[in-house]
Amino acid sequence: MKPSWQRLDFLLLPLLGGAFILLLWHLSSHSWSGDLPDPAKTWHESKPYVLEPWAKRGELDQGILRFTMLSLWLVAKGYAIALIIGTPIGFFLGLSPTFNKAFDPIIQILRPVSPLAWLPLGMVLFAKLKGVNVTELAALFTIALCSMWPTVLNTAVGVRAIPTDYLNVARVLKLSRWKTLTKVMIPATLPYMFTGFRLSLGIAWLVIVAAEMLTGRPGVGGFLWQQYNALIYEQIILCILTIGGVGFVLDRLMSVIERRFKTA
Amino acid sequence: MSFLQLQGVSMGFGLPGRRTEVLADIDLEIEQGEFVAIVGYSGSGKSTLMSILAGLLRPESGRVLFDGRDTPEPGPDRGLVFQNYSLLPWLTVYENVALAVDQVFSNLSPAERRSHTERFVAMVNLTPARDKRPSELSGGMRQRVSVARTLAMQPKVLLLDEPLGALDALTRATLQDEIARIRLAEKQTVVLITNDPDEAILLADRVIPLTAGPRATLGPSIPVTLPHPRDRRAIHGNYDFKQIRHEVTQYLLKARTRHRTTLTRALVLPDVEPEDITHKSPPMFGPKGRARRRNEVKTETVEVSL
Repeated sequence: MKPSWQRLDFLLLPLLGGAFILLLWHLSSHSWSGDLPDPAKTWHESKPYVLEPWAKRGELDQGILRFTMLSLWLVAKGYAIALIIGTPIGFFLGLSPTFNKAFDPIIQILRPVSPLAWLPLGMVLFAKLKGVNVTELAALFTIALCSMWPTVLNTAVGVRAIPTDYLNVARVLKLSRWKTLTKVMIPATLPYMFTGFRLSLGIAWLVIVAAEMLTGRPGVGGFLWQQYNALIYEQIILCILTIGGVGFVLDRLMSVIERRFKTA
Repeated sequence: MSFLQLQGVSMGFGLPGRRTEVLADIDLEIEQGEFVAIVGYSGSGKSTLMSILAGLLRPESGRVLFDGRDTPEPGPDRGLVFQNYSLLPWLTVYENVALAVDQVFSNLSPAERRSHTERFVAMVNLTPARDKRPSELSGGMRQRVSVARTLAMQPKVLLLDEPLGALDALTRATLQDEIARIRLAEKQTVVLITNDPDEAILLADRVIPLTAGPRATLGPSIPVTLPHPRDRRAIHGNYDFKQIRHEVTQYLLKARTRHRTTLTRALVLPDVEPEDITHKSPPMFGPKGRARRRNEVKTETVEVSL
């Protein structure tokens, strides 16, 4: 039998680690980093945003949950585009060696490009379209393009990893192409696809901040950037914590779904 | 005209230059309602032969005739039970069988297909496990699902590719009895490929040895005249059984020695003497003293069986 404090260490140790970081933050703000607000001041200044999370006082002065929702909605749209485009591309890459040879090099080159580089291209791309919200399209373009790659690559790997036996079963049963795809290939690839989906969601959420900063759209990232430009530093930390927390929750949710689809 | 026929079938893999000829000049004739067992060493091309029979592989030369037709395409009329079960892990026992039934009997009503599926799940005694997934089943149960899936297609010929190879002796015996029972009940044409002569003689009407690869080929077929159903305990003392068993193993052994030959080659043994640790260690930078190589040349003679 372990002593009682050891059974609570899953709770105590993280609290201890958090307290250490708070102390470091406090000391920093009072020594070498004069502009950094200390934890107490940060809390005090953030209170209206946290305690009234749904308030809307102005376009870039809203409760923190309202901002989060705006950001999440944009991410959801961009992420959906990424999945809708990325999954079929991954399937083609996995199925056809020719297609793979043709497009794999270009994917490897586009994959590491930062969202900060894609956004201006998005602005240029949609600038001449009439009757559309150019900044929103550019942001969606950036999110989709940056977060698509893990889905594409994981799906391709998953398709290549389908055991020949499963395909032989389909051949012996004379399943049609469509049935082979829906009854054998997609279920066999699902675990890989969901790993890709989880990684993609992580990236999509990373990209949102950059996209909102550059476009000035209301959202967690846009709010952060505006407060920085207005020399109000207290809410920057609030935004960072919010972004981190939401990212963590999203990742947990996705891994729960991912585990649900682990078949073999 | 035989029911299933191979004529001069040869098969090899790999690019020219480093090819392996797996099968050479295979002739095989199987009559309707017959149970033929092919016995061979592991690695002799048994599974390749089965894939050709099932149509999954196209032979490089020779013909495959099935029911009077040239049949390069695989289909549900030649039901193959895979060596490693090949159940779809995301489907339950029932769904795995139903996938085959729905595909093959798409002309039947949903209710008829359901009862057909249930019948074959029951035939291999898996009704209590019908809603389990393959990962929750034992090896023997998985193989039974695989057999049920294939039987449910009501194939004209049942192809068993070492179906019991991965199972323990007890499960193996149970499933052998089950295969014998189903076969007698359904008057099924069966081709069984196995590495166990006892299993072959216990089940089959005819045993054909497959010589060791590469360039494996079929030996003369040995009829098993013992009456069905056979009792595995009584059969081991049976004189005919011993006689046939002797014949099969003798043929396989003889075929092996016939191909045996020796090969002599020169080997260069690299210098592997331990480092002289009393010696001063070389400088970390700059030129290092070259290690002295004293390779030894030896000749080696190995016996190989082709």
